[in-house]
Amino acid sequence: MSNLTPDEITEILPHRGHRHHNTGAATFLEQGKTRLVLVGNPNVGKSMFFNYLTGLYVDVSNFPGTTVEVSHGDHPNYAVYDTPGIYGVSSFNDEECVARDIVLEGDLILNVVDAVHLERDLFLTLQLIDMGKKMIVCLNMMDEAKSRGLSINVQELSARLGVPVLPTTAIHKTGFDRMEEYLAQSCVGNSEPSLHRRLHELLNRVGSQAEALMVLEGDAIIAERHGVPPGDEREQIYVERRNRVNRLLDRVVTATAQNRSIAATLGRYATSPWLGFPFLAVILYALYLFVGVFIAGDVVDLTEGTIGNRMFEPWVKDHVAAWTATEIVVEKVGEDAAGEETTLATRTFNFAEGTDANPALLQQMESFREGGTNNIRYNFSSPWAVIFFGEFGAFSMTVTYLLFLLLPLVLGFYLSLSLLEDSGYLPRLATFVDRALTMLGLNGRAIIPLILGFGCVTMATITTRLLGTDREKRIATTILQFAIPCSAQLAVIAALLATAGTGATLVYVAVILTVFITIGTVLDKALPGTSSPLLLDLPPMRLPRPRNVLQKTWVKTLAFMKEATPWFFIGALAVSILQVTGLLQQWVDVLAPITTGWLKLPAEASQAFVMGLVRRDFGAAGLYEMTLTPMQIVVALTTITLFVPCIASLMVMLKERGTREGLVIWVGSWILAFGVGGLVALVVI
Amino acid sequence: MPSSEPVSLVKLRKGDHGVLLTLPEQAELRSQCIRLGICVGAQVRCSQRLPGGTIIIEIGRQEIAIGKALAAAIEVNMG
Repeated sequence: MSNLTPDEITEILPHRGHRHHNTGAATFLEQGKTRLVLVGNPNVGKSMFFNYLTGLYVDVSNFPGTTVEVSHGDHPNYAVYDTPGIYGVSSFNDEECVARDIVLEGDLILNVVDAVHLERDLFLTLQLIDMGKKMIVCLNMMDEAKSRGLSINVQELSARLGVPVLPTTAIHKTGFDRMEEYLAQSCVGNSEPSLHRRLHELLNRVGSQAEALMVLEGDAIIAERHGVPPGDEREQIYVERRNRVNRLLDRVVTATAQNRSIAATLGRYATSPWLGFPFLAVILYALYLFVGVFIAGDVVDLTEGTIGNRMFEPWVKDHVAAWTATEIVVEKVGEDAAGEETTLATRTFNFAEGTDANPALLQQMESFREGGTNNIRYNFSSPWAVIFFGEFGAFSMTVTYLLFLLLPLVLGFYLSLSLLEDSGYLPRLATFVDRALTMLGLNGRAIIPLILGFGCVTMATITTRLLGTDREKRIATTILQFAIPCSAQLAVIAALLATAGTGATLVYVAVILTVFITIGTVLDKALPGTSSPLLLDLPPMRLPRPRNVLQKTWVKTLAFMKEATPWFFIGALAVSILQVTGLLQQWVDVLAPITTGWLKLPAEASQAFVMGLVRRDFGAAGLYEMTLTPMQIVVALTTITLFVPCIASLMVMLKERGTREGLVIWVGSWILAFGVGGLVALVVI
Repeated sequence: MPSSEPVSLVKLRKGDHGVLLTLPEQAELRSQCIRLGICVGAQVRCSQRLPGGTIIIEIGRQEIAIGKALAAAIEVNMG
């Protein structure tokens, strides 16, 4: 977890990493051992090299002053550091700044490159060589290069780069047995001769060739660290380097066959103006079946419904009831003649000093419970018991919510996302939807947080970090918090709409879509500045490697759970405190007249709205128990979809966007929800 | 289309070839382009054009997607 305050975060993010340098890397990397740093472009299989070198014991932590995670592990000879996937070493975003600082502090670089994608990857390799660090290059995915008809002259490549080049196929660990030997032979490569002279002039002022290069390439942060003016030669150096890459490719790569594989054909379909639609439809349907039906349905029914609600929570509450004043309500349920679930009998047992103090009453309760299913409610007298173990308690509901509902969903979403990413479809999807998202002031990349939003808005809000400018982060966060219902809520919405009929469903979908488009369009017009245009390399389409996908899923899920968990606990604590102090009820009472007069809903609906604070789906679930007309359902669902994401997503938004902007969005969502809900009510009821 | 007339990258149709003439003004964006191989003098082929102006170009064996706003700021010489 990062210990930054929201204000510090807003300091960092808008400047895209230009502030966090004061902490530096010197204190972050281990001293003493040789520091081996893994560097590579995104999706080159770097993590498999890291795992091979470090084994099981890996320490993942935030790089000081940033939200970027860095893995660190131990090898008998080296302290090994992984870095985020980057296209080059500079300070265009937070990931690059972190990678740059770790590379600068590293003693030895292991550069992983994708043999199929050398056009892209060698730019980084040459830049690393120009930095004058000892390094080796691992030419990964050699099997794929071969099957695509690419022949690479490894000896020639190594001779020209001046560093050892090890051909590997990480997925089969081919070549891994020689990694140690190659690392031992690592050396400083052949940097650009003309660059060398220019670097020398700077060298005695900044200390190392690597830092001199950064200064020469105009890196303001490194220049400031050494009190020298940043150079203005970046573009010239980049162009020269690019030309060197092209010359190198001419000499070492021969294409023996045209690339007409099925994968390449699929890649063209995915971005075709017409075939792109059915392609997208198939992917979305598969996603829906996997995440929507299987994970959110079957898996969550088991984990939340059975393990969480029927086993874990009663077990916790049972232990608490043993020593504190508790009223236990037992409801026996069974099936009536028609097969519907019905309440057979209800009895309340009052344990004034806890169940341990009254074995006789406990015995009575046990015998009442025998035979058939029963629902049990624990009403604790002590406010402390309510706060920690009650209906919304930190150690009852929050644990169920996090472990048994959110965890499977987040795993499901990240698994899907990793599959899409590793197959090469994700960047093509971003390309395909680029135009539509441009109208909302975003670019194609924003499709990633928007998709994740349907899983968990909290998770998606964190993911807005990958967007290029602060403006885009602001627009995407607002859209997510206002108009995207998360999976927990979607399930309840779908069930309620099913009872309301097709007409009501169409009205609901039309209203939400209109709001979604309007928010983006209005923000795009109103916010100053311009959003960044799409610039995305499209890696070859390929069959995802299961191990890679699983590992990525796990790493991302773990990172999310680590980051979000405290906020869910804090949120639950806040709501429990509102509950025991009666403030929650007061809020319900304030909203009641608006609910009846303006939204034309029963007064109890305001209770459901406020419950939406705790968890968005609670809000929707509360509506189940009311008798509503189809159009009242539309109004109620519109209102709960538009307002207040759950309290955890509010917390994360405050952290990501700063207190002021977060609160503006939050208050805005209440106004918008009741405003639009009321307008819909005026028209349809 | 006359062969020596510089045109904006947005104007390319699927299958068109060209040589890059100018890059966008903004320094950081230019650098990001150059890293990906979008340099003055590079041979490009338009491999896809989506309605709305997003374009996919091929440079060597690499495919790059470019949004309309960026494509409009890049000029090519078709020939």
